[in-house]
Amino acid sequence: MERLNIKQEINITEALMERINELLSHYPADKKKSALLPVLHDVQDAHDNWLSVELMDKVAEILEIKPIEVYEVVSFYTMFNQRPVGKYMFEFCQTSPCCLRGVENLMDYTCDKLGVKVGEPTADGMFEVRGVECLGACGYAPMMQLGDFFQENLTKDKIDQLIADCRDNKVILHDK
Amino acid sequence: MSKKILLEKTSIPGIKTYEVYRQNGGYASVEKALKSMTPDEVVEEVKASGLRGRGGAGFPTGMKWSFIDKKSGKPRHLVCNADESEPGTFKDRFLMEYIPHLLIEGMITSSYALEANLSYIYIRGEYMWVYKILERAIKEAYAAGWLGKNILGTGYNLDLYVHCGGGAYICGEETALIESLEGKRGNPRIKPPFPAVSGLWSNPTVVNNVESIAAVPWIVNNTGAEYAKIGIGRSTGTKLISASGHIKNPGVYEIELGLSVDEFMNSDEYLGGMIDDRPLKAFVPGGSSVPVLPANLIYKTANGEDRLMSYESLSDGGFATGSMLGSGGFIVYNDTACIVRNTWNFSRFYHHESCGQCSPCREGTGWLEKVLHRIENGHGREEDIDLLWSIQSKIEGNTICPLGDAAAWPVAAAIRHFRDEFEYHVRFPEKIKNRDHFVNEPFEKVRHLVGKQTV
Repeated sequence: MERLNIKQEINITEALMERINELLSHYPADKKKSALLPVLHDVQDAHDNWLSVELMDKVAEILEIKPIEVYEVVSFYTMFNQRPVGKYMFEFCQTSPCCLRGVENLMDYTCDKLGVKVGEPTADGMFEVRGVECLGACGYAPMMQLGDFFQENLTKDKIDQLIADCRDNKVILHDK
Repeated sequence: MSKKILLEKTSIPGIKTYEVYRQNGGYASVEKALKSMTPDEVVEEVKASGLRGRGGAGFPTGMKWSFIDKKSGKPRHLVCNADESEPGTFKDRFLMEYIPHLLIEGMITSSYALEANLSYIYIRGEYMWVYKILERAIKEAYAAGWLGKNILGTGYNLDLYVHCGGGAYICGEETALIESLEGKRGNPRIKPPFPAVSGLWSNPTVVNNVESIAAVPWIVNNTGAEYAKIGIGRSTGTKLISASGHIKNPGVYEIELGLSVDEFMNSDEYLGGMIDDRPLKAFVPGGSSVPVLPANLIYKTANGEDRLMSYESLSDGGFATGSMLGSGGFIVYNDTACIVRNTWNFSRFYHHESCGQCSPCREGTGWLEKVLHRIENGHGREEDIDLLWSIQSKIEGNTICPLGDAAAWPVAAAIRHFRDEFEYHVRFPEKIKNRDHFVNEPFEKVRHLVGKQTV
């Protein structure tokens, strides 16, 4: 597991710890590891959407499992980020039904507008464009995920509006 | 108008809430099962219904339930597979988002049948807002006394939780899902032992799809015999179909199994025909993993019979002339779609989603993607088409789980039915420079360049 030379402040607040304890209560007392994925989602959300090695170690400590057990899970699943990412991550579905409805052209449009390539955050860290595999919204293609929510039936106008709304801090990322 | 079982109540305002769901007959199946039926009687009712697993494989649900080991003395579990990730498939999300208590009611009744006291709904992590909807609905069900200790004073206890994944298609495979639920990488397990004997935490476990579990309340309320009257032959009941691609009305539809493909495709009640009225080129009836069919085999089987929306009719003739109902992920392509590009897109998906445990899948899906990419991008060689055929044949049947087959079948079907399109890509690379190369010049118009007809 690569250690990035970027400091991440670890902030397990009382509210977050309460949520972790609630999640742990969903599994038998001797099966704490089962809570790992749900816990990682909440911990990541509370830490700018990425997980440093130090933060993963902290999760291992809370769940009383080995750090390697957290690393192997984080590196397997696509939703966990191992480096800092753009605050507003535009995750375009690039699977066939979305392609049939023109998602590739929309991705190009968004990248051009933001002046980035796929997988690169903007210089101010506000935006990042990513291509992901099927998000299960094929009938509402083309679409993308933004935080906890889906943005569907996308057009260039909708993308323009979303970018403006993000810049104005009007977009809610997480359903709390 | 098809009978509605699952979506019957979705248009009722406020049906997402417990109060409205209950006012509209919700949780009646729990009351009936717990107060007047034994667990085995519920299993028998589901067996009598002929309900087949709606996740894709189509295995009889009641039979799957009857395999669960009730004699081991170990705790038993029901796990709902809500890890909907098959390209083309988005039906389960609709049920969970619009009528979450239907799934919860089904989970309680089904858990009772299995004598399970701890059950889970495993939902894909990307459906985070649906996860929250389910979490809130479960809290409502606890508060109303449908979950927890001594439900309805019957002595039956059940705890139910929703659990989110982390973004991995393979976790839709039942043993990978179990591994993931145990907090591990989603690597499928070798079967046997089957989950019914050794599943979650080595306990007897049944894994069922959302749509299958959501059908159980109706079956218990109305009897399995009534359910079996709907549909055709061994394809009983209704099925959710999620439709996408080049059609006028994409979305989720509930149909009675046995409806003709023609009516589903072209009537205004359903898909409304092709967008922009362009010619139909191909369709995939059951999600990305099932074979694509060309236009001449869509409405009629090879024997000239009407093609129906049923397990049997869609697979008529095997993979030579048929496909599969699968998950009901119905993707439609018009004449501007490039089959090579689409097949490459599917192969990229399977390569990305392979867990990497089996060499034929880990390596083979990568090779399929690589060769398809070069053909699609104008660097293909004549021998590449046979190479693709060879690679897919070495993946199929040689992996622990069905992901290998799912990666191989679309490639095999694309070559089988559209070989001339692959040849066109190889022989005329200058004509496919643009990614939308068939939009202005559909392949039908340039077919004479290849000089062959589609098989």
